[in-house]
Amino acid sequence: MTYTFTSITPRPSPVRTEGLVPWLRSNLFADAKTSLATLIFGGLLLWFIPQLLDWAVFRATTVTNADACRAEGVGACWGAVIEKHRLIFFGRYPFEQQWRPLVATLLMVGMIVVSCIRVFWKPWLAAMWIAGLAAFFVLMYGNTLGLSKVETDRWGGFPLTMLLSTLSIGMAFPIALMVAIGRMSKLPAIRAFCTIYVELIRGVPLISVLFMASFMLPLFMPQGFSIDVLIRVLVGITLFTAAYMAEVIRGGLQAIPKGQVEAAATLGLSYWQTQRKIVLPQALAMVVPSLMNNFIALFIDTSLVTIVSLYELMGAHGLAFNSDADWRPYKIEGYIFIALIYFTFCFAMARYSAWVEKQANKGRVR
Amino acid sequence: MTDHLITFDKVNKWYGNNFHVLRDIDLQVKRGEKIVICGPSGSGKSTLIRCINRLEEHQEGKLIVDGVELGDDVKAIDEVRRNVGMVFQQFNLFPHLTVLENLTLSPMWVGKIPKKEAESRAMKQLERVRIAEQAHKYPLQLSGGQQQRVAIARALCLTPKIMLFDEPTSALDPEMVSEVLDVMIELAKQGITMICVTHEMGFAKAVADRVIFMDQGQIVEENTPDNFFSNPQNERSKDFLSKILGH
Repeated sequence: MTYTFTSITPRPSPVRTEGLVPWLRSNLFADAKTSLATLIFGGLLLWFIPQLLDWAVFRATTVTNADACRAEGVGACWGAVIEKHRLIFFGRYPFEQQWRPLVATLLMVGMIVVSCIRVFWKPWLAAMWIAGLAAFFVLMYGNTLGLSKVETDRWGGFPLTMLLSTLSIGMAFPIALMVAIGRMSKLPAIRAFCTIYVELIRGVPLISVLFMASFMLPLFMPQGFSIDVLIRVLVGITLFTAAYMAEVIRGGLQAIPKGQVEAAATLGLSYWQTQRKIVLPQALAMVVPSLMNNFIALFIDTSLVTIVSLYELMGAHGLAFNSDADWRPYKIEGYIFIALIYFTFCFAMARYSAWVEKQANKGRVR
Repeated sequence: MTDHLITFDKVNKWYGNNFHVLRDIDLQVKRGEKIVICGPSGSGKSTLIRCINRLEEHQEGKLIVDGVELGDDVKAIDEVRRNVGMVFQQFNLFPHLTVLENLTLSPMWVGKIPKKEAESRAMKQLERVRIAEQAHKYPLQLSGGQQQRVAIARALCLTPKIMLFDEPTSALDPEMVSEVLDVMIELAKQGITMICVTHEMGFAKAVADRVIFMDQGQIVEENTPDNFFSNPQNERSKDFLSKILGH
């Protein structure tokens, strides 16, 4: 018996898949269309970035003198931001007292950071928030401990943005949970109430809610009785956001298979135990990205309170530039500055949301 | 004191106003008895066993489980559910909890048993269904057969007097059916009362005291498994059996 061995056809040598050139080839110049897109967008970037750098860096000035900015050939006038940063950050808060909002804001940011870290999810966190918020109000409002009194209408800038968004997120979330569960309730009265609430709120823009809270509500109050405008606005934003969040959460609730609730029932779990242990953990895990969307939108939407004369970050920018003829031409630099602040926080929220999503969906990873 | 653990007395149920899903059901189940229910789809067999732990409510007639009559009384429902374990076709494990957490959830939150003890009891049940090594995985990381065995263990953690099985092997790949049936047969031998909706003939022959055949909401035939499968008395049972045994 003889065997004939035939050699297999030679295979091409393996293509290098690592390193810069292969990366460029596979990602930017894979085929004709990709190459064209790369060239067009690359060209636009090459044209735009140098101009931007030229304006923002090379020809920019940081001198806090409006006349120097007016000189021929000067780019960005960052001096305007340096000159106005206290006003942008703290609004109309009394100048010599501005260490108070600074400390209060740092405290708030610190508490938020601590609350985001898993090892700190312990009962004392709630106590920390109560103490921290009390400290925040004492610092901002004063009238005690030798601190002078500062009325809420003089609060402004970044501390106000932080206060409004943190408190409304903190209050809107539990309300949204209850409304979402209520809309799925078997009891018609509860269901109707929750539905009417959501539909009413969704039927009006946030601006009109703020107007109502700020200007119309006092008309219905008894004489001599008034609630601070800050609280009224806070309640307005909270109720507004809660309606939208409730719908997002309801979407998650409806995605839970009926079998989950039945299994919980056969195991003897009560309605609330089932909601807490079975339904909500799964429903919320599903809607983390949309919920974070709501949180970010709320953070940004706090800038609307300007229209009822509360000067948060955006409003404080207006205070800083609109009434100052010398610096007014450089308000764009101011806008870029607050845009960076907003972006930093929103980006952090987005990254955190990605982490939460990963944690919450552990059981789904095979 | 009768020896009947479950008594259906002229039980009727409608879905909506006109779909009559259970018609005049009369059924007594003795302590320790194993019953297999079969019948064509839509015949009301799942509904029947789901009435036993009140996942479905009946509108007419009397249904007594372990001396407690089922009605609108929430306390009675809770008491019945404490004594009745259920295994579903789709497993219905909680995907966000580990296998062990699935088993300890109810003992800890309903039974108020300390975590340590709940866990050691849960591990015993997992050993019983031969899956203890998977305790710290999530349900979706297991095969269908493994998931169904976990579901059986979860129901057993409540030390029920009655176990209900609603087509426990219908959603499984064929090669996983026997590992689940083996566990069920073992369980049957230990004397627990079992009511099982299934078409697994082998299982019925091995453990069932009675086979009940349902069609259009009625109990059409009651028989011993051997007689039922070899010599069905009713026309509809004959027709049904010829269809499932036809190939």
